[in-house]
Amino acid sequence: MSTANKEIGPPVIELGAMGWLRKNLFSNWYNSLLTIFGLYLLYVLIPPLVNWIFLDANFVGSTRDDCTNEGACWIFIQQNIKLIFYGLYPTEELWRINFVYLILLISGAYLLIPNLKHKGWVGAFLLVIFPIICVVMLSGGLGLEAVETRLWGGLFLTLVIAGVGIVLSLPIGVMLALGRRSKLPVVSILCTIFIEIWRGVPLITVLFMASNMFPLFMPEGVNFDKLIRALIGVMFFSAAYLAEVVRGGLQAMPKGQYEASQAVGLTYWRMMALVILPQSLKMVIPAIIGSFIAIFKDTTLVLVIGLFDFLGIIQFVGTNPDWLGFSHEGYVFAAAVFWVFCYAMSWYSQRLEKKLDTGR
Amino acid sequence: MSSELMIEMKNVHKWFGELHVLNDINLEINKGEKIVICGPSGSGKSTLIRCINRLEEHQRGNIIVEGTELTNDSRSIERIRGEVGMVFQQFNLFPHLSILDNCSLAPIWVRKLPKAEAKEKAMEYLKRVQIDDQAHKYPAQLSGGQQQRAAIARALCMEPRIMLFDEPTSALDPEMIKEVLDVMVGLAQGGMTMIVVTHEMGFAKEVADSIIFMDEGQIVEAKNPKDFFDNPESERTKTFLSQIL
Repeated sequence: MSTANKEIGPPVIELGAMGWLRKNLFSNWYNSLLTIFGLYLLYVLIPPLVNWIFLDANFVGSTRDDCTNEGACWIFIQQNIKLIFYGLYPTEELWRINFVYLILLISGAYLLIPNLKHKGWVGAFLLVIFPIICVVMLSGGLGLEAVETRLWGGLFLTLVIAGVGIVLSLPIGVMLALGRRSKLPVVSILCTIFIEIWRGVPLITVLFMASNMFPLFMPEGVNFDKLIRALIGVMFFSAAYLAEVVRGGLQAMPKGQYEASQAVGLTYWRMMALVILPQSLKMVIPAIIGSFIAIFKDTTLVLVIGLFDFLGIIQFVGTNPDWLGFSHEGYVFAAAVFWVFCYAMSWYSQRLEKKLDTGR
Repeated sequence: MSSELMIEMKNVHKWFGELHVLNDINLEINKGEKIVICGPSGSGKSTLIRCINRLEEHQRGNIIVEGTELTNDSRSIERIRGEVGMVFQQFNLFPHLSILDNCSLAPIWVRKLPKAEAKEKAMEYLKRVQIDDQAHKYPAQLSGGQQQRAAIARALCMEPRIMLFDEPTSALDPEMIKEVLDVMVGLAQGGMTMIVVTHEMGFAKEVADSIIFMDEGQIVEAKNPKDFFDNPESERTKTFLSQIL
């Protein structure tokens, strides 16, 4: 190699911050125009928003009269925080909800920390024993005072509906997907009908039916809890969507995987549980989490059947004469909390995908 | 050689829709015999061996493997699959499991071996195909030849009495074919009953007790290697041989 060649480096303009700007933001005249327009939009939107939310906002006080600054009145949220988080759940029993949160938090954190032992047992505890603890702690029994579900509300109710919906709909969705692909015509047709009926109906209709129509068909005196009816509705609705997502994953599996499993003598259920589902569920993680996020946000619809979820109770609090006119604060707060939960799911799904990636 | 009958096919027919893919197949294979099946593509050779472990269902005739007749009874299918190992053209390893887990999966869940014992045995077979140093890698991290040897080890872990090979070297890069064939030759020398669909005529000459030539769903010719290559009777066999040799 000649010495002259060594002296030629890459063009200076393509290196460093200037190079990056040039390549990504100002590569030609219309990209430059878009960049300038984008910067202008940010300039118009961001400062007022920051001012309203933080700089000019009111954080200290106890009544609306303390909100003297021009910005948001966060005192509104602060003063109603118990209602917003727990609904009308009796104050002296709130420790029961917090206790359940605590268990969930500890075992969840345990599962998230890499390389700990006995994760299988913790997972099994969460799936089998924890739900029983939840039922007893939250609704009462074993010496605990009963708390009717009509008193449940706020973020707590949202988490109950979304949590039950998400946890139960996945296994049901998987079974429906397997059923729809079954070689037995009766099973396949029944599953298809079930899926298509639930997918063909808006969730709001499902909730109305569960709340208003369903009791008409029950014998007199039989009274299902309204929350349970809503839970079942949400669960099947979500399961029907998940079934189609999972079926997509099953169809993407190469035929050779089925044949290799059969050739080593695995029976149908073992083949599905050990070979096919672990791979096909992994493929559709983004879509499954998408479904979960959708169902989490759709829980806000339970307002139409008179259950006060997180968003519902914020709207309700806003109609309190003491706090009229603060709905902006309420909606911004609701949006922020929803975003945190949905982003957490999204983050977890990316982490899971990375962890399960074994190449192909 | 003992003459214990391992596989018996009597008047076996199979159709894919209108297409007659297996036409009156009659075959007897004794313990320890090595059969090589060759023929043009679409001649039914893969279908034939896939019928033996019920990856394909035959529609007429009888297939008897080690005294058990293949029927729709799932017990007969399970029993036969337990005795018959299979190696595929595309390897079909389970990509989400390590090589070791690929090999120990069926022994644990089908044979009900304790985990430790199954893994120990898997390591033994991986050593035999000389990839025990790759045991903890995933299939995607291995070369084609290594994957196919792992697939052979996976089948052997079930301790089958019969091994089926469906074009085991056709998907491999040329420089990897030998390492797989070497493993197969070793297996043959160990006395395994083998049915191999392949176009590797060198392998056929070296190990086959008999070579079967198939065309259009029929067995055209079945002979020992020497006669097969030196005195083929049918015109179709001669044409085929002239094309591949």
